[in-house]
Amino acid sequence: MTVVLNQSFTGISIGAVLLLIALGLTLTFGQMGVINMAHGEFIMAGAYTTYVLQKSISSAGVSLLVALPLAFLVAGAMGALLEWLLIRRLYTRPLDTLLVTWGVSLMLQQLARDVFGAPNVQTAAPDILTGNISAGSVTFANNRLFILGLALLCVLGLTLILRFTPLGRRIRAVVQNRDLAEVSGIATGQVDRITFFIGSGLAGVAGVALTLVGPIGPTMGTNYIVDAFLVVVVGGIGQLKGAVITAFALGVLQSVLEYSTTVSVAKVVVLVAIVAFLQWRPQGLYTLRTRSLA
Amino acid sequence: MLEISSVQAGYDRTTVLHGVTVSVPKDAVATVLGHNGAGKSTLLRVAMGLLKPKKGAVLLGGEDITRLAPHQRVARGMAYVPQGQQSFPHLTTAENLRLVADGRPDGKEATAEALDLFPVLRELSGRRAGLLSGGQRQQLAIARALITRPRLLLLDEPTEGIQPSVVAEIEETILALTRRGGLSVLLVEQHVGFAMRAAQQYYVLEAGRVTSSGEGGTGAEPTVRAALSV
Ligand SMILES: Nc1ncnc2c1ncn2[C@@H]1O[C@H](COP(=O)(O)OP(=O)(O)OP(=O)(O)O)[C@@H](O)[C@H]1O
Ligand SMILES: [Mg+2]
Repeated sequence: MTVVLNQSFTGISIGAVLLLIALGLTLTFGQMGVINMAHGEFIMAGAYTTYVLQKSISSAGVSLLVALPLAFLVAGAMGALLEWLLIRRLYTRPLDTLLVTWGVSLMLQQLARDVFGAPNVQTAAPDILTGNISAGSVTFANNRLFILGLALLCVLGLTLILRFTPLGRRIRAVVQNRDLAEVSGIATGQVDRITFFIGSGLAGVAGVALTLVGPIGPTMGTNYIVDAFLVVVVGGIGQLKGAVITAFALGVLQSVLEYSTTVSVAKVVVLVAIVAFLQWRPQGLYTLRTRSLA
Repeated sequence: MLEISSVQAGYDRTTVLHGVTVSVPKDAVATVLGHNGAGKSTLLRVAMGLLKPKKGAVLLGGEDITRLAPHQRVARGMAYVPQGQQSFPHLTTAENLRLVADGRPDGKEATAEALDLFPVLRELSGRRAGLLSGGQRQQLAIARALITRPRLLLLDEPTEGIQPSVVAEIEETILALTRRGGLSVLLVEQHVGFAMRAAQQYYVLEAGRVTSSGEGGTGAEPTVRAALSV
């Protein structure tokens, strides 16, 4: 029983990381349909932001708290700039978008190598996040709990923005009927840029979280990017709740399998499960339904 | 109010409009009639800025707006109800309206006024627009356009594919709006009777060219029907 609970918690915390890195993609890929291969490098930018901050702020706790909003801004600004410079010219050409952003991804990795060096670096976690909490025989690592809380907070924030704010209404309207939004007086180009800013900013926040569980390096983004796209595709394009459920389901599946087999076998089984699922439900877990598509 | 002058426009290599000139006088209704595929919707898309003309110009109240984006034209007082009862299907009726009212100082009153014109929308406020009937969605589309308090309204076949009782209601509302003053309308219609009742000026469009035009009113109806039947 204890093993099951401990493994489930591990799975949930893997899911929380998956969710954080995929959340930004639910906007840029899910809502806007842009395959941005440089999304992983926005994660990296968030992680290096944490690293740089820790050099100037001695308290690890304070620097972590400052890093969260700052990484959001840094990665968000990078995303908005990328959208303005390149992506907006390529909205009707998905293949070109993929290739161009892949090129940008490689350039950003090289830039990180030039600035921070090729070897991985590390940040120190605040003391409060290095311990564990035990409930009975089950142990929760504090850093994992923090990431879980952060992921849920980001989901909540994003949900509230999309559902209840003027900006959220605009984002949804542009996705649903771009021309109609434009002729209704909405500056759709500006909405695209803001959507991209938020989506990329969330990647930066994910990058901060990742510094708590692993090293920081120029290629750290690429390690996560495929998983992140998978979460969005399986969850159903444009569906936040689909991504949430998928991230946690994949996390738990992965950790249970890792326990009974090896890490690489677990990865293979998860991938096969995803492929089988998409054969059965190509539209993903959730889809939007209406009477008409107008 | 609106001058569309010698506009040539189309899609990719095909030219749909071959030098069309149409004008909407201030506080008046102009109607464009023509068979399916004549280029009526294309003309409105050019007027609204969704389609850039290859030649010609669009002037609003004397200002050349040919190069402005659609949302900039909305800011200058234009509103547009496209063909086909379009809405934001996953937003509720209320959200469809709030979307346009957001950020407008007079948004609340304008919304209330629009809802007074189409009271049925009040009962449907929580329902997703994609689930509304065609007639309800068209009323929503007109209400959404009116919230911007336009001085020029472009209507593309507002009663197409809608059941007769609702058609009458929509037609009455449009007539009432145009009689109130302060609003110019460019109306694309298939129903010649209604179009000629509403309009002070008519244009018949055939294969991308204006083949007949003149003063509106029911008296001109036989002329228009004759022009349309050739
Ligand atoms: N997006 C498009 N791409 C290519 N051709 C188009 C496009 N939209 C319209 N057309 C063509 O342009 C011509 C004029 O179309 P338009 O929609 O303006 O006609 P219409 O007069 O509004 O017809 P209807 O009465 O059926 O609405 C048609 O031949 C049509 O096939
Ligand atoms: Mg048409």
